[in-house]
Amino acid sequence: MKARLGAVLMHPLCKPVVALVLLLPLVALVWGALNDTLGANPAETLIRNSGEMALRCLLLTLAVTPLREWTGVAAFARLRRLLGLLTFSWAMLHLLTYSWLDMGFYLDDIVRDTVKRPFILVGMLALLLMLPLALTSFNAAVKALGSSRWKRLHQAVYAVALLAILHFFWMRAGKLNFGDVAVYAALLAALLGWRVRRLLGRGTH
Amino acid sequence: MLIKTDQGYAHPIASEITPRAVFEERRAFLRSLAVVGAGTPLGLWAARDARAQAAGASAAAPAAPALTTGPGKLARLPAVRSAIDGAFVMDKLTAYEHVAGYNNYYEFGLEKSDPARNAHTLRTRPWTVSVEGECAKPRTFGIEDLLKLAPMEERIYRLRCVEGWSMVVPWVGYSVSNILRAVEPTGKAKFVEFVTLADRAQMPGLRSSVLDWPYKEGLRLDEALHPLTLMAFGLYGEVLPNQNGAPLRLVVPWKYGFKSAKSIVKIRLLERQPRSSWEVAIPSEYGFYSNVNPKVDHPRWSQATERRIGEDGVFQRKRPTLMFNGYEAQVGQLYAGMDLRKFY
Repeated sequence: MKARLGAVLMHPLCKPVVALVLLLPLVALVWGALNDTLGANPAETLIRNSGEMALRCLLLTLAVTPLREWTGVAAFARLRRLLGLLTFSWAMLHLLTYSWLDMGFYLDDIVRDTVKRPFILVGMLALLLMLPLALTSFNAAVKALGSSRWKRLHQAVYAVALLAILHFFWMRAGKLNFGDVAVYAALLAALLGWRVRRLLGRGTH
Repeated sequence: MLIKTDQGYAHPIASEITPRAVFEERRAFLRSLAVVGAGTPLGLWAARDARAQAAGASAAAPAAPALTTGPGKLARLPAVRSAIDGAFVMDKLTAYEHVAGYNNYYEFGLEKSDPARNAHTLRTRPWTVSVEGECAKPRTFGIEDLLKLAPMEERIYRLRCVEGWSMVVPWVGYSVSNILRAVEPTGKAKFVEFVTLADRAQMPGLRSSVLDWPYKEGLRLDEALHPLTLMAFGLYGEVLPNQNGAPLRLVVPWKYGFKSAKSIVKIRLLERQPRSSWEVAIPSEYGFYSNVNPKVDHPRWSQATERRIGEDGVFQRKRPTLMFNGYEAQVGQLYAGMDLRKFY
């Protein structure tokens, strides 16, 4: 079983298939936008869905290490960079749809909105923190920074995750609609909790 | 405040001007009217009536202009055209499928597609509305009494949701003042509270404690008595779909949509200002007045602009929101001298 899983993950088509699956919603959204099948408020659908996809990819990224340790299949680590970059791509699409559909690309309005509304500010901060991670995602960057420094930098992903959940929570707080937020927050808590426990476990041994 | 010389509806903004396609349609319709020899000044109504009347083939012009018709799934609710100032906006109607398929009704779920999916469990008969409090003749009305209390009127109002989207809805109903006058408010009555149905057996959303049920809304008495304040029993010429607040709901077109309470079971005349459900839930974000005001933002989003459902394309910039949702000429005087930032 373990060997089979490893073989699947090592297959040359594994990464392209994962990328395709996680970008398929983009095809559906673009098709829907062009054919007006995104419901009564297509702009809202596009902004919401891109944000939610970013959050999903982020949780998948954070699931790589727990999955690797839990199954003992080291090959899971192959997917981490891809998942991280997909998270970044969806987050950029989220920013794009917000800037375009809600703000009409008026920079003044975007800046005003960002400083005025904590939930936008928190979302922007998360995006900003992701930028250095995306920019240092290639192999040469790891070499240039040195492995330990690169690792420390990429621990910023935890801050990104907490900011992203806070962004989602504050956005929904306006209408007290927390169902989805609770699901994502619980998953994130489990993924981060696993790390905390591991860290504490190491400390006591 | 400037005195508006515009009769009735104010049209201050370029984007509010009738689209070319519509006025051309209007001209074509006027030509066709001239052909049947009834070229009366129905110009303003031509765009909307053209389709309905075309369906009625080439019959001579009807005595009363045709009203908006819906998809015919629900019972017809005949009405006459309202004579109230501001009762008709000239904007394009929002499609029935969007009006009935995209809205908030937390008793049936938190997503805007939930009410249409879940509200089939609402039982609208038998139905009573008790009107009580500071009045000489408190009374419980059966829905049948209310349907006959005053002539049904069609009114085409804008609806602006606090979330930043808007619609244009052809409601059927009459001014709430008809009901209030029937119970003769006493001199002590200063406010009106509208209490809506809260029945766990019919409303799955009540299982969540997101709001303090039953949902309540309130108006100042003078706001409630304003002729534009509508008790709606239908839309698109038919009875209200359950998800839109059947069998009767409030419609206050110059306030954010959540002020227009749905499925009303009790109306209370009060001496003191009641607290509405959203005001209780998040006092820092929702005020008692909740007048549409592009200059006073919701803390989480701007209220300066809005997206018109089904009309403004995905890639179109949002349209500017109008003061009092465009009803300033009719209702502005209700708030003369008030600081609308403080009384949001």
